[in-house]
Amino acid sequence: MTTAAPRPPAAEGYEPRRAYRRTGDRWLGGVAAGLAEHLGLPTRVVRVLFVVGGVLGGFGVLLYAGLWLALPVARPEDEPAGLAAARRQGKRPDATGSWVDSGFVVALVVLAVGVALFLQVLTGWGLGWWPALIALGGVALLWRQADEAEQERMAGRGRLGTVRALVGQGGTAAFARVGVGVVLLVLALLVFAVRSGDLSVARDMVLTAVLAGAGLAFVLAPWILRLARDLSSERAERIRSQERADVAAHLHDSVLQTLALIQKHAGDERAVATLARSQERDLRAWLFDDAVPDGGTIAGELRRAAAEIEDAHAVPVEIVVVGDRPFDERSRPLVLAAREAMANAAKHAGAPRVDVYAEITDAQAEIFVRDRGVGFDPDAMAEDRLGVRRSIIDRMGRHGGRAVVRSAPGEGTEIRLQMPLTATDQQERP
Amino acid sequence: MSTTPSSERADQPGRRRVVLVDDHAMFRAGVRAELGDAVEVVAEAGDADEAVAAIGRHQPDVVLLDVHLPGGGGGEVMRRLAGAGPAGSPDTRFLALSVSDAAEDVIGTIRAGARGYVTKTITGPELVDAIGRVAEGDAVFSPRLAGFVLDAFAGTIEVAQVDEDLDRLTEREREVMRLIARGYAYKEVASELFISVKTVETHVSSVLRKLQLSSRHELTRWASDRRLL
Repeated sequence: MTTAAPRPPAAEGYEPRRAYRRTGDRWLGGVAAGLAEHLGLPTRVVRVLFVVGGVLGGFGVLLYAGLWLALPVARPEDEPAGLAAARRQGKRPDATGSWVDSGFVVALVVLAVGVALFLQVLTGWGLGWWPALIALGGVALLWRQADEAEQERMAGRGRLGTVRALVGQGGTAAFARVGVGVVLLVLALLVFAVRSGDLSVARDMVLTAVLAGAGLAFVLAPWILRLARDLSSERAERIRSQERADVAAHLHDSVLQTLALIQKHAGDERAVATLARSQERDLRAWLFDDAVPDGGTIAGELRRAAAEIEDAHAVPVEIVVVGDRPFDERSRPLVLAAREAMANAAKHAGAPRVDVYAEITDAQAEIFVRDRGVGFDPDAMAEDRLGVRRSIIDRMGRHGGRAVVRSAPGEGTEIRLQMPLTATDQQERP
Repeated sequence: MSTTPSSERADQPGRRRVVLVDDHAMFRAGVRAELGDAVEVVAEAGDADEAVAAIGRHQPDVVLLDVHLPGGGGGEVMRRLAGAGPAGSPDTRFLALSVSDAAEDVIGTIRAGARGYVTKTITGPELVDAIGRVAEGDAVFSPRLAGFVLDAFAGTIEVAQVDEDLDRLTEREREVMRLIARGYAYKEVASELFISVKTVETHVSSVLRKLQLSSRHELTRWASDRRLL
């Protein structure tokens, strides 16, 4: 915060150097930080200059306010696509510390009050400065909030509504800022009115202000509307570019990492195939699956189990699911048995791949796990083959389902699992 | 599937003539290498325009067609050739070979007239077999594609009782599709259901026909169920 941000120099040539406000590194409006960067000075020096200028006759405050109004906010898109996407997704921390922020505002308010009191004692001007000071505080708070909202809009979080435009997503703090700002403004008017001893003056003033505001809005409406339209088209453009950035981020997280790993393991054919396969699965899910594989459904759990088996044993598991329903206690043994069957096929069959087909209807769920491997004779299955007997057949039996193993040496193996599911429905409905 | 190499097919009239359409030259080279001598790759094309020209010129038995192509995609190629009438290529069959198995791509391609749809993870021998099957006018379904079909028709079962549409899958067709979805080869489906391979292929073809030509009403419903509209 104390040093100017080490930004790369802009492109050479006739490109005019523009000053921006740095809302990422700000105490009040980011004016000082932006100016410091523009002038090549340390931020702290600029801040001190502003404060000195503010104490000496208020010039600093006026300059600060003027620049706050005039300078555009630096756009966060100056970052590389992947980093910007990471920031949007909350993977990178924001630089702002909120406590520093509010501390400075409090200090500024206290200082302002002190200066006012000092002037009062010194010159005996009485309450003359109070309404102006309070109003200034209110306006500063409102601007501060407007910055916050603008910054969020720039970062493209969420949709832009009327309320959002006002308070952004700041929650309590944002509402508090807007509320306190408005209260301060009203307070300033009241103090002014009380001091002048006539409430009707205050009423007239409010009325005048409202009428003038309405008149201005009426006259400026076409320009404001056009501005809003431009803004929304620009927003659409930005959303598109952000989508590109998200793609870039995903490619970075997944494809680039995997390719690096593949280069390291270039000699190990099996490892390369496993990596490529897991990457394919990941990208396929990202590109083509509209359902989020959160595991809340039978299909999701099955896919996850298949992915784990695939990674653990380096055998592709092709899974096809027809129908779906929420994953519950009743379907858990079914999925576990299917998982065991897949693991067996991957481990013992020596097959190039495992086919899994699941059909889930309202009445029942059926899962078929099939490989074209060495196969075995189910009748000659030794008693100590715990995997098949305990984990699959007995487990399905215990929970009211059925498991059939079809296999012959050289013919591959198919395990059929079947579990009625209507009972759960009837239990849940009442 | 790899258990039935195409050389066993009795009525095979020489090697199949194939046009390969994909915008990635590396991928075309890879497929060409995988196919080896089993088929004759008469031309390659990198976009829709080249593909239409090459197919019109060579009149191949089968076109291996990527779904996503510069200049309109695989569906566009098929539509333009169909629009060309008899001058186009009446006997040419299309087999989509895509990296995408999204429902949208599969449905669009089948509706545009492809006789099969396989993904790019398919092995060489399986691809040769699929080309042979498509060339003879049969449909080629991958297990995943069969799953799509079952899923789609399962979603409209309730309407079926009200809707006396003929465009439903019969019980037998459903059974065939279930076995294919379970990873069975056509031959295995045939021995499982005690029917001939020819019958299996007939069932699959009629499923494909229903998929393509079923009532507008049903397709709209199907598409909107899958949020494609």
